Amino acid sequence: MTYLLEARELTRRFGGVVALDNLDLAVVPNEIIGLIGPNGSGKTTFFNVVTGIYGAHGGSVTFEGSDITRASARAVYHAGVSRTFQRSRLSLPLSIFDNIMIGNHKRLNQGLWFNLVHRGEFKREFEVNYAAARRLVEVFEPQLAERMLEPVAGLPMIDRRRIEICRALISQPKLLLLDEPSAGMTHDETKELMDDILQVRDLNRNFTIIIVEHEMGLIERITDRCVVLNFGRKIAEGPYRQVAVDRQVQEAYLGVE
Amino acid sequence: MPGVKQEPQAALLPGVVAVALSTAYLIALLAVEMQPLVIGLLAFGIVAVLAAHYMDWLDPVSRSFAEREGVLSAYAILAACVVAAFFHDNHFVLLLFVTVLLYAVATLGLNIEFGYAGVLNFAGASFFGIGAYTSAVLNTYTAVPHVLVLLIGGTLAALIGSLLLLPVLRTRGHYAALVTIAFALLLKTFLEVNDVLGGPQGMQVKGMSILGWSFNDNFEIGKIEMSFYLNYFVTSMLLLCTTFVLVRRLERSWIGLNLDAIRLDETAASCFGLDIARWKITAFVLGNFVIGLAGALFGMVGGFVAPNNYTFADSLIMVSILLLGGIGNPWGVVVATFIVVVLPEKLQTIQEYRFLLYALIVIVVLLFRPEGLLPRPVRRYFPRGRA
Repeated sequence: MTYLLEARELTRRFGGVVALDNLDLAVVPNEIIGLIGPNGSGKTTFFNVVTGIYGAHGGSVTFEGSDITRASARAVYHAGVSRTFQRSRLSLPLSIFDNIMIGNHKRLNQGLWFNLVHRGEFKREFEVNYAAARRLVEVFEPQLAERMLEPVAGLPMIDRRRIEICRALISQPKLLLLDEPSAGMTHDETKELMDDILQVRDLNRNFTIIIVEHEMGLIERITDRCVVLNFGRKIAEGPYRQVAVDRQVQEAYLGVE
Repeated sequence: MPGVKQEPQAALLPGVVAVALSTAYLIALLAVEMQPLVIGLLAFGIVAVLAAHYMDWLDPVSRSFAEREGVLSAYAILAACVVAAFFHDNHFVLLLFVTVLLYAVATLGLNIEFGYAGVLNFAGASFFGIGAYTSAVLNTYTAVPHVLVLLIGGTLAALIGSLLLLPVLRTRGHYAALVTIAFALLLKTFLEVNDVLGGPQGMQVKGMSILGWSFNDNFEIGKIEMSFYLNYFVTSMLLLCTTFVLVRRLERSWIGLNLDAIRLDETAASCFGLDIARWKITAFVLGNFVIGLAGALFGMVGGFVAPNNYTFADSLIMVSILLLGGIGNPWGVVVATFIVVVLPEKLQTIQEYRFLLYALIVIVVLLFRPEGLLPRPVRRYFPRGRA
């Protein structure tokens, strides 16, 4: 079987703390993987190492067969990996459209001459992308699509999350990394957001998601498979129902009796 | 209501009124010489703006400028020409006016670096000075056409600025600011000890001439004698308009978006494929080019360059213009340049206290309107269209 993403013996330390400890994790195309585990178990570190924000101290990461262990954040994005952040990292003074276009960087013409002088061509490119961004936002929340040029700063948390996901989706990545999309939202909002994500996935069957999440109802509902981390090590792997009853997993979450 | 756009016709009037009133006010301010009158006029101006603010008349004005920019730019150019025509034989006022225009150009350059890319530059006056010294040297020792000299001035400022790229890219925030401050001090010292460049006494700069038309001679239209500074006024206006359009297009393009993204969150920007170094370099080089260009023309206008004209204090004035006007808003830059350059000149009799007054105004504005006089509106790529 060919893997879309494969981490082998991936290790990352912060001083004496081993955040990722010889982690093996393989993802096949078109699956949704839940990455779960107690706080500090290395889930976000895994995302940061894969996307090139942190370097690895050992092991390797391959994406579509090529080694991206030492690739920069830029290169990982260009290879087709997009992500969201645990704490929303939108550019608050910029408009909804601007924020989404930041995620579309690789599909926009970045030439100085094109941008400054060829305004006619630029306008055509702008209109194509404006329509695309609008369509994407409409899937999530039709009302937001009417406010594309308003600053993000005035929006409630659920809308900011939606826009962050749109920003990650607009470039049609092969792999989407969602880092705790439900953080800071109510139960109902989380459910709404997940419906949106599944809807986008139905529109475009050809993409794969790794999702870090503490909201177990959500994990149960949308994931094909779960990987459980504790102290940077993988302690269980399999469908949610199976890992949820695993003794080691229960000990990791609840402590040993 | 979201989605409902302002009627374009409704938006034009406040802008036109604002341009007309400011023009009338500016002419009055530039014309009066008696100090009590000047102070009275200034007090009136401040009260009028405050009153307009409390009546909520300022926001329609900025919306008007945001939505009907093309037409209002034409009015603003016309207004500048009216002011220049009014003072057509007054050397002093025209020189002051040209100074304002060229400082506005330089600050627009600074705006690309600081306002968009977030690259601090506390050596704006140094790059301005590099441009001016380029004119001085080239006009004295060579026969390079003067339009070309302007471009060389900009290019040299950009090139010498590139020396700073490595430290500027490797540091952030306060540290990057310190690098540029150090550069400003270094350059001033270098100019002072360098005899070829005239040392601390500086050098004369030959005036501009294009195709045999000497800019430093008065001329006549009909029977009316015109100040030679009108030549420089026209050139400076052309430079300002070109720079304004350039900055506007830059902001309303993917590049402007890249610069904003980098300023606001470098980590997130790099996760979406932005090349942080490339865009910071683009902004820094482009900004310094614009500053150098303005400086080169300013050297020819003033006819004289000396190290003391391009100090750290002058760089701070450029930064304060940017902060006062509203970071990232080119209209704010133009308005703030008038305030910062004209005010100290008109308040000559209160001597050094005039700087105190001017400093107070900057502090008060930043205290009560931290986003500047004209805060930058959200980006609209094509303001007249659907989006």
